[in-house]
Amino acid sequence: MTEAFRAEVRDWLAAHVPATPLPSLDTADGFEAHRAWERALAAAGLAVVTWPAAYGGRDATLAEWLVFEEEYYAAGAPARVGQNGLFLLAPTLFACGSAEQRDRILPRMAAADDIWAQAWSEPEAGSDLAALRSRAVRGGGGWLVSGSKTWCSRAAFADRAFGLFRTDPAAARHQGLSYLLFSLRAPGVTVRPIRQLGGRTGFAEIFLDEVFVPDSDVVGEPGDGWRIAMSTASHERGLSLRSPGRFLAAAERLVSLWRRSGGDPGLGERVADAWIGARAYQLHTHATAARLAAGGTLGPEASMGKVFWSELDLALHEVALDLLGPRAEVRDGPDGVWLEDYLFALAGPIYAGTNEIQRTLIGERVLGLPR
Amino acid sequence: MSSDFGAVLHDMLAGADVPDAARCWAAGDLGPGLRLWRRLGNLGVTALAVPEKQGGLGASPLDLVVACEELGHHAVPGPLAESLAAVPVLLGETGSGHDWPAALAAGDLIATLAAPPRVPFAAGAEAAGLVLYAEDGVVGRGIVDATFRSIDPTRSLAEVQRGPVVAEGVAGAVARALDFGALACAAQLLGAGRALLEAAVRHAGLRVQFGRPVGAFQAVKHRLADVAIGLEFARPLLEAAGVALAEDGPTAGRDVSAAKVACAEAAHRSARAALQVHGAIGYTAEHELSRFLLQVRALVPAWGSQAEHRARVLREL
Repeated sequence: MTEAFRAEVRDWLAAHVPATPLPSLDTADGFEAHRAWERALAAAGLAVVTWPAAYGGRDATLAEWLVFEEEYYAAGAPARVGQNGLFLLAPTLFACGSAEQRDRILPRMAAADDIWAQAWSEPEAGSDLAALRSRAVRGGGGWLVSGSKTWCSRAAFADRAFGLFRTDPAAARHQGLSYLLFSLRAPGVTVRPIRQLGGRTGFAEIFLDEVFVPDSDVVGEPGDGWRIAMSTASHERGLSLRSPGRFLAAAERLVSLWRRSGGDPGLGERVADAWIGARAYQLHTHATAARLAAGGTLGPEASMGKVFWSELDLALHEVALDLLGPRAEVRDGPDGVWLEDYLFALAGPIYAGTNEIQRTLIGERVLGLPR
Repeated sequence: MSSDFGAVLHDMLAGADVPDAARCWAAGDLGPGLRLWRRLGNLGVTALAVPEKQGGLGASPLDLVVACEELGHHAVPGPLAESLAAVPVLLGETGSGHDWPAALAAGDLIATLAAPPRVPFAAGAEAAGLVLYAEDGVVGRGIVDATFRSIDPTRSLAEVQRGPVVAEGVAGAVARALDFGALACAAQLLGAGRALLEAAVRHAGLRVQFGRPVGAFQAVKHRLADVAIGLEFARPLLEAAGVALAEDGPTAGRDVSAAKVACAEAAHRSARAALQVHGAIGYTAEHELSRFLLQVRALVPAWGSQAEHRARVLREL
């Protein structure tokens, strides 16, 4: 079964992956080009393979999902513009959403009719997310949302967003939060794109001024938002956000680059470590998938994976740049992709919970060190 | 069977006063250590890598990994990777014509070997009834020339000359035996690294400075988190190497090397962090930590240096 699935994915990708890379998904044209790619994936039944068939998926197991990802990255297929929705919101809706929400939201997400942005951080609430102050009050038969969100990935061009908002200012800080969904085109929403380190607008600020959110767009119960958001946080840290296919494909390209550039034995040690790390992450993820398939759960150990992959990604690209030597700074040459991916890797230790937050979680919740 | 077997072995070793056996061994009294080895024989540990047709268990390399990790977890003295892995595999592949394999399996015989250049010395020859020497595909009895002390006081290093030939034209068998030695050594390192992390976490929870357990300080917490990550991601490489050796597949050498690099690196980082977290008390010879610190330092370059294994990974990719 798995090998037949692998062959199907490989063949489809070989026939459909664009010969020249799509323009960056953090440009207006690139975003729409990536939306079109998502639609092609969906039409082939490959957009959301792990979802139930009723929502456009094919009930793939986690092991099959890892196969899909290996093939996807080995083929050099485009980045997933819908990943916030596909890998963060969708698992949350499967776990905590209503049937009505799943029926209404998931098919449009799978078909890339709605591409989702995340709206977690605020100017005063980053690592300490529970300090967030954006609020929602009752009004007009639903909620009126006001405040500001920042570092919202994909928000510059996306259609809708999800995030946490304070609905009960009197409650303790982890209570009184609600998980809300809203349109980025709704009256009262202002999106201000932020130029990132590399010059592109991969994230944005969102300002909300009494934006109306109906009760049907509250996920779970009002006041239960923190628990709901955290219940799927481990998805973001591990497995679904950063599958091993990505790093293994990059490590193999790195080994080729090292050979092509003369096989310097000094840098070779770091090339070997990068490949060993990517292989370790692959094996570890497969073991985790097998454990989950046998009924296990993903707990605080997901934080170990997040630190591991983000540092691996950086180390891998830093060796590549060292191999390129003085040519490494050229952004638009044939090797410029290493630089672009390096810029992306630089963000890894920061997003999805900084590595410092993760290390504290590992120390306290995995090792049992005192608080 | 594997994890249960590890737990049984752990329980036996926890009750066997390994620290005393190691102290005596380092002082030249092998008695308590040899009694411990005898108990390993009773549990079947010494028979794991001996083929069934030679009187052993012919167990999966994965079982050998479980056993060696637990032996490293307790820093058991003696030539473990040699006698439990490399020599039985070598004799299994070459067919020795002696009763050595059966004696190894029963725990009646301890063996060691030198195989330059990767394994220049025969470790623990003082405890060994059989010393072998392998070079250029020729295996002979080894004649001990001179013995050096290791940084690990329970470990001696014998310079060996080749004596009477046991088998010729067996380069493939020697290579496979060395891979089993490296696999067992990697497992020992992972176990020792785990023990060092456990000791550091224990100490960090008990030692109070500035009115708080030192483990509550972020600098300590984060360093130990990094150690945990290193050990966590070395383990799957070790298991994959065991599987590859069992299948004798084309990637076995590469996979063993990847495992050895990762386990040695993780254990080394664990040792450095554990010493730092313990502070001065960890720097004393009498503290239990020293056995593990010094064993890790001895085993990191054993069965092939990190550079050699990294180079092999790249060569065989």
